[in-house]
Amino acid sequence: MENESTLLRGSGAAAVRESIAKYVFMLLASMSIFLVILICYFLFSNGIPAILKIGVKQFLTGTVWKPKNEIFGILPMIVGSVYVTIGSILVGVPIGILTAVYLSKFCSKRIYRIINPAVELLAGIPSVVYGFFGLVVIVPIIAVLTRPFGGKGKSILTASILLGIMILPTIISCAKAAIDAVPESYYEGSLALGATHERSIFHVMVPAARSGIFAGIVLGVGRAIGETMAVIMIAGNQPRMPKGIFQGTRTMTANIVLEMGYAVGLHREALIATGVVLFIFLLCINLIFSFIKHRSESKY
Amino acid sequence: MNQKTESILLRALTLLAAALTVGTLLFLIIYILIRGIPYLKPSLFAWEYNTDNVSLMPAMINTIVMTVLSLLIAIPMGVGSAIYLVEYAKRGSKFVELIRLTTETLSGIPSIIYGLFGYLLFVIQLHFGYSILGGALTISIMILPLIMRQTEESLKAVPDLFREGSLGLGAGKLRTIFSIVLPSAVPGILAGIILAIGRIVGETAALIYTAGTVAGIPNSIMSSGRTLAIHMYVLTNEGLYTNQSYATAVVLLLVVTMINALSSMLAKKLASKA
Amino acid sequence: MMDKFEIKDVNLHYGAFHALHDINLNIAPNEITAFIGPSGCGKSTLLKSLNRMNDLVEGCRVDGQILLDGQDIYQKDVDVNTLRKRVGMVFQKPNPFPMSIYDNVAYGPRTHGIRNKKELDEIVETSLRETAIWDELKDRLGKSALGLSGGQQQRLCIARALAVKPDVLLMDEPTSALDPISTSKIEDLTLQLKKDFTIVIVTHNMQQATRISDKTAFFLLGELVEADRTEKLFSMPKDKRTEDYITGRFG
Repeated sequence: MENESTLLRGSGAAAVRESIAKYVFMLLASMSIFLVILICYFLFSNGIPAILKIGVKQFLTGTVWKPKNEIFGILPMIVGSVYVTIGSILVGVPIGILTAVYLSKFCSKRIYRIINPAVELLAGIPSVVYGFFGLVVIVPIIAVLTRPFGGKGKSILTASILLGIMILPTIISCAKAAIDAVPESYYEGSLALGATHERSIFHVMVPAARSGIFAGIVLGVGRAIGETMAVIMIAGNQPRMPKGIFQGTRTMTANIVLEMGYAVGLHREALIATGVVLFIFLLCINLIFSFIKHRSESKY
Repeated sequence: MNQKTESILLRALTLLAAALTVGTLLFLIIYILIRGIPYLKPSLFAWEYNTDNVSLMPAMINTIVMTVLSLLIAIPMGVGSAIYLVEYAKRGSKFVELIRLTTETLSGIPSIIYGLFGYLLFVIQLHFGYSILGGALTISIMILPLIMRQTEESLKAVPDLFREGSLGLGAGKLRTIFSIVLPSAVPGILAGIILAIGRIVGETAALIYTAGTVAGIPNSIMSSGRTLAIHMYVLTNEGLYTNQSYATAVVLLLVVTMINALSSMLAKKLASKA
Repeated sequence: MMDKFEIKDVNLHYGAFHALHDINLNIAPNEITAFIGPSGCGKSTLLKSLNRMNDLVEGCRVDGQILLDGQDIYQKDVDVNTLRKRVGMVFQKPNPFPMSIYDNVAYGPRTHGIRNKKELDEIVETSLRETAIWDELKDRLGKSALGLSGGQQQRLCIARALAVKPDVLLMDEPTSALDPISTSKIEDLTLQLKKDFTIVIVTHNMQQATRISDKTAFFLLGELVEADRTEKLFSMPKDKRTEDYITGRFG
């Protein structure tokens, strides 16, 4: 009978199939490692030589960007990205956390069923639509409001507002998940001491959720600093050091997208180098975040 | 009492924030709908694009082709990786940790960097020029982490009892995965795919310099062609077609809302099954 | 002397479920009263009614009167936060906040309006001394409370409750999650505290009731079966059900 020989493993067609399958899956899984290496390779091999050619100090701290004259200083763009990101945090984080608290602890089930889909919808709107909306609605309003201050409609302020709106869903969902995860026993303990519902939430529950909330903020920062299309439609894109929050600016991302279409030679390489700087920026932000997370977790 | 006033203030603030959030969304949607719907003329959907009708139909078709192509590439990779991570890999192995690290890195890269990468690799190095294929390949890398994560979670949600039952009948790992585990995980995987479609439809920065911005329907996947989102951007940039921009925005919003609703429905079905 | 609590004809419903039936009970001041009975008998439910923590449960309805120093705590215009300031609670599982030890104890006083640092320092020290952990913790007031052992955490929670200077301390099976040494420390502490506070303790452990309580109330299926001085209840129970429970025939 066949049974005796088929008890032994290793020789049948089935076993071979199983082996092959395992290695196929392993190969597919290692694709992400391969891809990261590939992306880094292409970016850095094209970008680093450019930075060296231009001169590291010239590139990173030069305040003039004039490709026609082969002058490539991206400090204005770095500063622009930073300002716009900080602005978006100032707009998005307070509103985001407060909304998350509302969704998690204050609103009724009925209202939740309305607001939650709304937040998900906000998350799904393409950046061109946001940019378009910013262009036709926010820019004119800001233009009117800031005219007495010499402001243009396309400005750091406008970008901060629009980006703040765009990162709201990220912050809201992370913060809400973090607050939901805080044990109810903290709430009860606070209530039993005579604190109100509101006080118990804001002085005990929300602080207990701070690491998750912080993670959401970091995600939001990543999104804001990497945003391209919406920003180029409303931020002005002047390649010079920002002159104030009511004036326009160009971000690193905008720099790449606006000129890549016609850039050649060193100009194009400088744009790729801008991408490299952006990439390193993001890596640093993530590293700092991991470091802070580690420290706060080891405190206990 | 001081506590009382603080509490009233706090409650009011959270209400205000939530109102602002919802209000902004409503305002955005309603404003675009009001300005755009009047211009949803049939000419906007003509098969042939010309500068008169600035039809979005070619862009729509390009979007569909791009989406299908990207999914065809990304799904086997994503699902396969997830299968390895959940069904084969040893817990806590360095290899798995590395994969997780790289996947997280991939999901944090902004789309413009993907666009740059795609440009350097597909357009330049591999001499594709601007092409739908180049765009699809770039996008497939972008959505890989998303599909991996969703599939992983769906696979993890399948109870071990199922696997044990199948293995106990002598079925072997491969058969167990394909006949028992995967089918159970399909709704979750589908939800992830739909989420990915949402991202693809809205994507611009990664495609501008890989698939390009040519306005008509391309001859083949090796030619350039703009997607709906890029079409929207170009229209707005040119500044001559404000009304059609609004109308295009309406279409984009509708597509995205439908995708969102579909994904929600699937997620709810999943939750009720569990 | 007036009773601290007068519980009169109290019936409690969780939605359709009738959890407490016609409870009548008096709780004397500066004594330890123990609630005993098998799981689900209503003793925790009654305890939580005394500081209206039951209000948190949806569909909870209380009929009857619970008088604290002669005032009905379920009256319409009662400020529930002031009530909870006067009637403190310690929970079964220690629940210190994820903050420093100092901030945990200072949380209550700060809530009720005390902001002056010197005053808070004093209150923190007094409360921690009252619970006999001042010496253990005085050098690490700034460290997180989550780093303490289970027994220390529970004593911290007691100190936290005492910091708002209540009249009454409600304890819901406070030692059931702790080891025997911590348990006996807390029992000693409770005996000390009754000089200044009225204490009501729910316990699953009959020996604990005999060790520390002055009066014991036995509950079964939502009914108050019998309540008497502890020695009398345990040596000469009037009701057969009490006798059966005490002798271990069920529960």
